[in-house]
Amino acid sequence: MREAFVATTTAILDEDPRTALVIADISGDAFATALRDHPDRVFNVGIREQLMAGVGGGLALTGMRPFLHSYAPFLIDRAYEQIKLDLGHQDAGAVLVSIGASFDAAAEGYTHQSPGDVALLDTLGGWTVHVPGHRDEVPGLLRAAARHDDRVYVRLSAQENRRAYANGSVLKRGKTLVVAVGPMLDPVLEATEGLDVTVLYTNTPRPWSIDSDLKNREIVVVEPYLAGTSARETNGRSLHLGVGAAEVRRYGTWRDHAREHGLDPAGLRRSITEFL
Amino acid sequence: MTATSAPTNPLHTLLSRITGDAKHAPSAHSTLDVLWVLYDRVLRISPETVDEPDRDRFLLSKGHGPAAYYAVLAAKGFIPEQWLDDLGSWDSPLGHHPDRVLIPGVEVGTGSLGHGLGLAVGTALGLSAQGFDRTRTFVLVGDAELDEGSNHEAIAYAAAVQLPLTVIVIDNQSSTHGWAGGIHTRFPGWSFDGVDGRDHDAIETALRKHEKTPHVVIATVGQK
Repeated sequence: MREAFVATTTAILDEDPRTALVIADISGDAFATALRDHPDRVFNVGIREQLMAGVGGGLALTGMRPFLHSYAPFLIDRAYEQIKLDLGHQDAGAVLVSIGASFDAAAEGYTHQSPGDVALLDTLGGWTVHVPGHRDEVPGLLRAAARHDDRVYVRLSAQENRRAYANGSVLKRGKTLVVAVGPMLDPVLEATEGLDVTVLYTNTPRPWSIDSDLKNREIVVVEPYLAGTSARETNGRSLHLGVGAAEVRRYGTWRDHAREHGLDPAGLRRSITEFL
Repeated sequence: MTATSAPTNPLHTLLSRITGDAKHAPSAHSTLDVLWVLYDRVLRISPETVDEPDRDRFLLSKGHGPAAYYAVLAAKGFIPEQWLDDLGSWDSPLGHHPDRVLIPGVEVGTGSLGHGLGLAVGTALGLSAQGFDRTRTFVLVGDAELDEGSNHEAIAYAAAVQLPLTVIVIDNQSSTHGWAGGIHTRFPGWSFDGVDGRDHDAIETALRKHEKTPHVVIATVGQK
């Protein structure tokens, strides 16, 4: 997904002089071409994430369309007040693109993990959140975001589904609704084999657009970030699966952490079957 | 001749409207003289050009205690004088910290300290990218505000890329631990002027220097 992001953003910068990119060392090598070709609007501010967000706000106030990028915990967690004030309070927009997700960097430890990023943005108004499940979903989301001035967060991950799907795709039909967000789709499909459920895919959890007919049904939401982030979006009997809030002080791979949080197919099947 | 205090008319009257206090002299407002010089002599901005893309930008980072700012905006016709009478009320666009969305001529909403410099860096970069080479960017911070680490991210980066940006530090010696060695030493790679924060001619001269590179003007006023 990171490669798709770099290629698409580099192309957008070539095509649209209104766009700008601000990075804070992360992915500096990947964006070497863009930095060389557009020194007037592609900036590496060094390891300064608060500044990166402030610069994004300032660029937007002059009429530009800034893209900001870093590891999720540095882009969102660290610069939360800048996101709140330098973008939201100024009524300015930007496209924030993160990598790392909840535990892509499992072996790097908790400092490099951001299970709470979407929940943090939920404390603020006006954010569209995209969680693509496959690299081929990334270019379209970025190109759409470049064309307006709103606040957009794109959460990229190393974990992805075997293929791309359109937002809102229904993969199977049955009684209970299971909403799979982004890269949770493949594990959800495997976990619900033979179960009487509808599986609905979304790569755009904010704004929550699951229609109200479905919303009032019994529902399971499976999200690749903090469990319960979307709990307030559902009305009826519901189960919210995601990453636990307690820190897991182990390393390994994202697969190990997914298993520990019950987000692997076996863990999901256990939780969903019990709920049904 | 060197003026050593803000004109009592109209600013004194306007300030009294805000504070409801006719006793305190304008000198109680640390930013007043710098703000007046900016809007009266330096900035290429008027009520008619608040939305022009190439207008000069002034960002008040030190957004608390905005009475002097509001008085200057009213004196220059950006906002009606009547707005000054009910500051902070439900029906007033003027809060105890300014909101750019509510007030014509206000470039950024501030209040939480340490945000204006980063926004100003982005503003200066955006103006340069669009070819507005005549447009200047100014940002005003307080000496205590510099305690916030976010300022130093912006200060270092602006120096590294030699950004066309002028920072005014109002120094009323309010930083709890002070700045050993002088505030200007916290701006390595910047050109520096120190002025009496009440001396209009000196302020103007300093603000007109070094338009194309990072420049810091430290305006010293009496301790509050």
